Amino acid sequence: MLAATTGLLAIRTTRNPMSVDKDTVNKIAKLSRIAISDEEAEKMVGELNGILAWVEQLGEVDCSGVEPMTAVIPNHLRLRDDVVTDGDVRERVLANAPAREGSFFGVPKVIE
Amino acid sequence: MTDLTKLGVAAIRTGVASGEFNAVEVAEAFNANVAAAKALNAFIVETPEKAIEAAQAVDADRAAGNPLGKMAGVPIGMKDLFCTEGVQTTAASHILEGFVPTYESTVSANLWKAGAGMLGKLNMDQFAMGSSNETSYFGNVISPWRRGGGDNAALAPGGSSGGSSSAIAARLCPAATGTDTGGSIRQPAAFVGISGIKPTYGRCSRWGVVAFASSLDQAGPMSRDVRDCAIMLEAMAGFDPKDSTSLDLPVPEWEAGLNSDLRGKKVGIPKEYRLDGIDEDIAAMWDNGIAWLKDAGAEIVDISLPHTKYALPAYYIIAPAEASSNLARYDGVRYGLRDLPDGAGLQDMYAATRAAGFGAEVRRRIMIGTYVLSAGFYDAYYTQAQKVRALIARDFEAAWAQCDLILAPTAPSAAFGLGEKTSDPLAMYLNDVFAVPASLAGLPAMSVPGGLDKQGLPLGLQIVGKALDEQGVLNAGLAIEERAGFTAEAEKWW
Repeated sequence: MLAATTGLLAIRTTRNPMSVDKDTVNKIAKLSRIAISDEEAEKMVGELNGILAWVEQLGEVDCSGVEPMTAVIPNHLRLRDDVVTDGDVRERVLANAPAREGSFFGVPKVIE
Repeated sequence: MTDLTKLGVAAIRTGVASGEFNAVEVAEAFNANVAAAKALNAFIVETPEKAIEAAQAVDADRAAGNPLGKMAGVPIGMKDLFCTEGVQTTAASHILEGFVPTYESTVSANLWKAGAGMLGKLNMDQFAMGSSNETSYFGNVISPWRRGGGDNAALAPGGSSGGSSSAIAARLCPAATGTDTGGSIRQPAAFVGISGIKPTYGRCSRWGVVAFASSLDQAGPMSRDVRDCAIMLEAMAGFDPKDSTSLDLPVPEWEAGLNSDLRGKKVGIPKEYRLDGIDEDIAAMWDNGIAWLKDAGAEIVDISLPHTKYALPAYYIIAPAEASSNLARYDGVRYGLRDLPDGAGLQDMYAATRAAGFGAEVRRRIMIGTYVLSAGFYDAYYTQAQKVRALIARDFEAAWAQCDLILAPTAPSAAFGLGEKTSDPLAMYLNDVFAVPASLAGLPAMSVPGGLDKQGLPLGLQIVGKALDEQGVLNAGLAIEERAGFTAEAEKWW
C-alpha cells in the first residue's frame, strides 16, 4: 500500500471537525429521497465521516483570489433559434413508464 | 485461415476492404468468443444479431462498390452507459433494469454510421462509480489475467469500464467504448494491458450517455493499440448541437497524423507523482517510459504540479455533487424501477424506489453529494473544491510553459484481487490518484501498456497532453508502444 494511504488514514483519525451524526445522516437520506434503515444509517455515519474528514484537507489550500472553475475547456454557450425542433413523440416518451395511465405517467394519489 | 479474433481494428478494416475476408466472418468469430466467455461476465446483454446485421450491410456496400466507413466491418463492445435504441441500457444498475431507450446516443450512432457493429452491452461499475467493476448490479467482471505461479485468485479488470477492458483483453472484441470521469478508461486499460484514450472534454458528445458527473464525463475508445484508438476516436468524436459542452471543432485526422518521431517535443515528469513508497515495479516502468521517449527524440524535463495531492479530495466532492443532481431523475415515474410499498404516497415511493434501485456505492455518493451541496456547507465544500480545481488546471497551464506532454504511471498498482479493497471506500478511491488530475482539467490523457510487474501483471503508462492535442498524446503513446514491445496476453482459462 502507498505511503500516501497511511497519511490519509492519519488524517482520518486525528481531524474530524465537521463530523456527521446519525440524525444528520437521516436528514441527508431524506433530502436524497433514499429510504434508509436504522442499521444502514449507523453504518453510514462512519463511512461519511471517513470520507468527509479526508476531503477536509482542501481547507489547507490558499484559494484567496481564485474563482471557482465553471468550465474546464473555454467554450461559449450557444443560442439556437427559438423554434420547435422536435416533439410529437409521446409514445416514445411514455414507452418505459413503470405505470402508465392513458397518455400520462401514473403516480400515487398526491392530493386528497 | 487466420484467427480473425486476433486482429485489431485497423487489420479488420483493411482485410474487409480488400476482400481478404468478409465482415460477416469477423462478426461470427467474435460472436463465438463472446458466447464462450460467460465466466468473465463482461457483457450484460449480448447482441450477436446486431453484429451480423451491421456486417451484412458492410459486405453489401463493398459488393456494390460503395465507400466504406472508418470502422467498416469492425464489431465492437458498447459500454452499458450508452443509450442504444431498442437494446436494454442499465448503467449496470437495478434502477434501470429493463429500460429500453427509444433513441441512440450520438457516440454510438457515429460508430454505427462508420460501419461498426455491436456485439453487446458491456458490464461496468454501476453508474460508472467504481474502480474495480465490483459495484455492478449484474455481478463482478473478472479480468482474464491471473497472477503467475498458479495463483488463481480472480482479479479486478479495473473500472468503471471493466467490461470493456476484460472483453478486449480476452479477445471478445477488438475494441470497445469506454467513458472516463476520473480514470475509468485509463485505469482499466492499464490493468489488462491494452490502450485507451480519454480525449479533451467536449470532443465526444455526452448526448445519450447516462450522466454521472457532467463536467467530467467524457467518452473514448479502448483497444489493443494506439492506431486502433486513433481510428475509433475519429469515428466517435465530433460536434453535436445536442450537447451544450460539445466543442464546435472539426475532427482531426488522428490516424493519418500518427508519427512516433518526438524530436523537438518536451516531456514533463511531475515530481509530485513520485509518491513516497511508490511500488518499485511502477517506478521502474516509469523510468523505462522516460528512456523510450528519449530514444524517440523527446527531451525530458522535470516539472511540478504542486496541487496534485488535492486532486482526489476535490474530485470526491465535485463528482458526487454532480451525481446527486444528475441521479435525481430516477424517481420511479418516467422509466426504470418503481417500488411502491402498500399505501405509500409519492414521497415514500421515491425513497423506496431509490433505496431498492441504487447500489451501496451509488447511494453513498448521492448522499455525500447531497451533503456537500446542502445549505451551510456549499461554500466550505463545493465552492472550495471548484477553486482547488481551478488551481489544478492552473498547475497544468504553468507546466505547458516548460513541456508539451506529461508522462506518469496510469495507476499506483497493478490489478488487485476482487474483494481486496471493497471494505474501505477510501482505499478504492486512491487507485485513481494519477488519473484524476487530468480529468479535473479536462485534458486528453491516454494509457498504453508499459510492461509487466513481478507477478506477471500488466502496468500502464499515462501520457497527458494540452487541451485539443490528442495527436501529441497518441504520437507519444505510439513511440512507447514501438519500444515497449508489449505482446503479453492472458493465458486462456475461461
